[in-house]
Amino acid sequence: MNSIINRIDKNQFWKFHGGIHPPEQKFITENKPIRTLPLPKELILPLQQHIGQAGELIVSVGDKVLKGQVLTASNHPMAVPIHAPTSGTITAIKDATIAHPSALQEPCLFLAPDGNDTWQQRNICTDYHKLSRFELLEKIANAGIAGMGGAGFPTHIKANSSAAHSKRIEFLIINAAECEPYITADDLLIREQSPTIIDGINILHQLINPEYVLIGIEDNKPEAIKTLQNATKDLEHIRVCVIPTKYPSGGEKQLIQILTGKEIPSGFLPSSQGIIMQNIATCYAIADAVINDIPLIKRVTTVTGLGLNKPQNVWALLGTPVNYLLEQCEYQPQSNKQRVIMGGPMMGFTLPSGNVPVVKITNCVLAPSEKEIAAENTEVECIRCGQCADVCPAQLLPQELQWSAKAKDHEQLETLNLFDCIECGACAYVCPSYIPLVHYYRIGKAEIREQKQLEIKAEKAKIRFEARKLRLERDKKAREEKQRKAAEARKARMNSGTPEAKNEMSAVAAALARVKAKKAQTTDTATTTPQEQAVEASEKPKNPQIAAAIARAKAKKLANQNNFDTENPAKIKDKQDNQTDNKTESKPALEVSPEDKKAKVAATIAKAKAKKLAKENTAKETPSTVTEESDAPAAETVKVPDVVETPKLTEATVANEDDKKAKIAATIAKAKAKKLAKENTAKETPSTVTEESDAPAAETVKTPDVVETPKVTEANVKNVDDKKAKIAATIAKAKAKKLAKENTAKEVPSTVTEESDVPATDTSKAANTQKVAETVKAPEIIETPKVTDATVANEDDKKAKIAQAVAKARAKKEVTTPTDSKDTSKNTIAEEKKKRIAEAVAKAKAKKQQRSELT
Amino acid sequence: MSIVIAILVIGFIALLFGALLGYASIRFKVEGDPLAEQIDDLLPQTQCGQCGYPGCKPYADAVANGEAINKCAPGGEETIKKIAELMGVEVQALDENHATDNTPKVAFIIEEDCIGCTKCIQACPVDAIIGTTKQMHTVIVDECTGCDLCVAPCPVDCIEMRPIETTKQSWQWDLNSIPVTQVD
Repeated sequence: MNSIINRIDKNQFWKFHGGIHPPEQKFITENKPIRTLPLPKELILPLQQHIGQAGELIVSVGDKVLKGQVLTASNHPMAVPIHAPTSGTITAIKDATIAHPSALQEPCLFLAPDGNDTWQQRNICTDYHKLSRFELLEKIANAGIAGMGGAGFPTHIKANSSAAHSKRIEFLIINAAECEPYITADDLLIREQSPTIIDGINILHQLINPEYVLIGIEDNKPEAIKTLQNATKDLEHIRVCVIPTKYPSGGEKQLIQILTGKEIPSGFLPSSQGIIMQNIATCYAIADAVINDIPLIKRVTTVTGLGLNKPQNVWALLGTPVNYLLEQCEYQPQSNKQRVIMGGPMMGFTLPSGNVPVVKITNCVLAPSEKEIAAENTEVECIRCGQCADVCPAQLLPQELQWSAKAKDHEQLETLNLFDCIECGACAYVCPSYIPLVHYYRIGKAEIREQKQLEIKAEKAKIRFEARKLRLERDKKAREEKQRKAAEARKARMNSGTPEAKNEMSAVAAALARVKAKKAQTTDTATTTPQEQAVEASEKPKNPQIAAAIARAKAKKLANQNNFDTENPAKIKDKQDNQTDNKTESKPALEVSPEDKKAKVAATIAKAKAKKLAKENTAKETPSTVTEESDAPAAETVKVPDVVETPKLTEATVANEDDKKAKIAATIAKAKAKKLAKENTAKETPSTVTEESDAPAAETVKTPDVVETPKVTEANVKNVDDKKAKIAATIAKAKAKKLAKENTAKEVPSTVTEESDVPATDTSKAANTQKVAETVKAPEIIETPKVTDATVANEDDKKAKIAQAVAKARAKKEVTTPTDSKDTSKNTIAEEKKKRIAEAVAKAKAKKQQRSELT
Repeated sequence: MSIVIAILVIGFIALLFGALLGYASIRFKVEGDPLAEQIDDLLPQTQCGQCGYPGCKPYADAVANGEAINKCAPGGEETIKKIAELMGVEVQALDENHATDNTPKVAFIIEEDCIGCTKCIQACPVDAIIGTTKQMHTVIVDECTGCDLCVAPCPVDCIEMRPIETTKQSWQWDLNSIPVTQVD
């Protein structure tokens, strides 16, 4: 280390690789003092002005704030607060364009200065030597100081990093190189404020306790060098190191190499090598904060460029809009092509708008004239001249990087150490092919970072997915275990011999008997059509709701079974297209099967076909189109042709064939009817959803059917004798059943909607109750008698009773269910919500049905 | 005599190696399919099921057993390329049935419309939705994989997929560097 100091004392420095000498252009502003600007009309304060986390707002709109008052707070170590740069009123808190090349919007505070510039209470510290390390760090953190050189890293963390490494800090390097062209902010600050800067350096010295403090300054600032040398004359530990001007000697790693000859390995921080670097402007801010209790609310900004009449360094309050700065420096844009750049010409970015504020890291606002901006040269192929590699201060291979970046070969980019690129722009500056190299590197870096983020996210998702699977399995096991235990407990209780146990036993025995009886019944009805089965199964049920549910489930099961039918769907299509095919197809069925069962087989086949058709329909219709479909007309259009067809068919068959054939016709008709029913249910359900609790919708659906039934019957009666009358009767029966079926399917959604409407009226106790009840019952009242009429004509009373029971059950259900949803629809909470629930339930039902049909 | 010795020696060596191999096959037995694991690592872990398998791991297993590698819609071309590289097969275009736009999205619950049915919670493969019966639900944005699975079960259609907003961190540079010229 002594050798290093010896070399420094002899003014012998190391050299870093590469570097360029762009025109300095510092003459524009270097001989003018720093100007204090009048207060702007409005200050825009982005909540986050540094690297790390934004703090949380602790003021609100309309609050009056004093100068220096803290505006955000956070417990996060990487967060630093922001402060009010002057006294005034918070006028708004909203997203606004920030000083970032992306022109993205981020939350900003808008402060309207009151012009008084009233300070908050300040505690001037007369002797900072007495302050403890912790107090110093706290003061720095509370003043919101973040690296003012450009990166904006929270200073208190950097100043404390000596504690993080057990290694003693050898060198504290103060960066005053200011290597970028145009910028003279640090130069002027040193010349005007050197005592405060030295105080700041001393505070850092006290905090970090390095062996030496080195101030690195380029030799193009003679006056500042002289000032610094004078100010540090008596300070043994501080060395002012005048280094040759070369861009980018102000880069952290480059300056370290120049001054100490040490290279910081890739991926390491300088503190790992016993070196800490701070910007000279940061030192000034630290001194101001610790001694004068002035938080970071203003900074020196170079407003320069030949596009200005009065380019000058200014004390800009943080939050000052760039437009205001330009206005004060008399900006005269000569053409639309002109742009304003924030930061230096090498590493800065074009501002998206003039209304972005000055933030903690804004050291320069550059408004170049047209002459200064390079002509827009189009990028041409790389000629492999290798100049970029010669000038790269990080000793990378820019052209290799460029190719990999263009090919998006992220692995190769990382092997080429893309992340060591400091984006200084030297390579792009010398490139004879005008390749915007830095642009490619930035994109490459962003992509790699994003990729890494995605990988982390994927890993997290995987863990969560696995955890969920485990949990579900565990829950399942626990549930099974619980059920098993409960069953065991029940058994034990029943065997205990107490009177309750006996009661329970007898209840179980009764239940078993009932199940047996039912089983016997179902075997009886196994030969009857499935429709009857479904209805009969629900015969005389104890609980009408359960019965309805069972019936529905059975119907669904049947539908499922039928869908596994081996029938060729193409055939069915043909059938649909040409009704005459129907006859020919059912003929063989008749010939093969024996007398009685024939018809039934035909019926089942026809039914299967019908169902498949229905399925096809539902498959074709996406839910969205279904909801758009208007209900009643649709239903009618579907039916009208069938209504015409059915009698035709019957007539045709009856005319040509004997009794047997009549029966077939009947079954076909029956099938048709069922198909219709299916079609209706498929189409109608969604439409009722849209219509919601519209009773008329249900009615419009039904009425055509009712009209249809007699038609068919009439058609038959006209042509045939007694036997045929019987056939007609069976058709009627089928129709009746179809109606019944249709109701169970169709009614469900509509009743559901009505269900949820009832509680509303319940709570409000309005006259609506009656109305709703009426609408609920109305369709059934209309239809049940009809059903019975049709059936009673030639059927046994049983069937009629069943139909009635079902209807009754439904009515009951409607009365009982409202209690469920009572609490959700308390008073006026929202008709809308109720509606939505209704919609939801209806939709869910429709979906379920659709699914069951599809599977 | 010498031929007997030779046979014995060779036989002994064969036995020795046989025993060694037999021992190694038991001692160093690999649990599970290492290829499936590797493929699983390449998949985006959205657990969306768009490939037709219930999660990324099952699809990885299937790919290891010969399933097409081009069914991962969220992963897109990138993932296909990686899997192809790993398995040494040809890169295929994304299966048309699975081709969707794979811009990263997250689910968003329109909270005023939520009725608290918990259906989406049950559908979420990564437990990224919180809420309970009759209480409003919400999505934990950082955990959401954008798999879309919660959208369909929602009875009131209050879940929508929103593209992830660009932040300063995720924003991509698209500006040219700013060169300076010599001013005379």
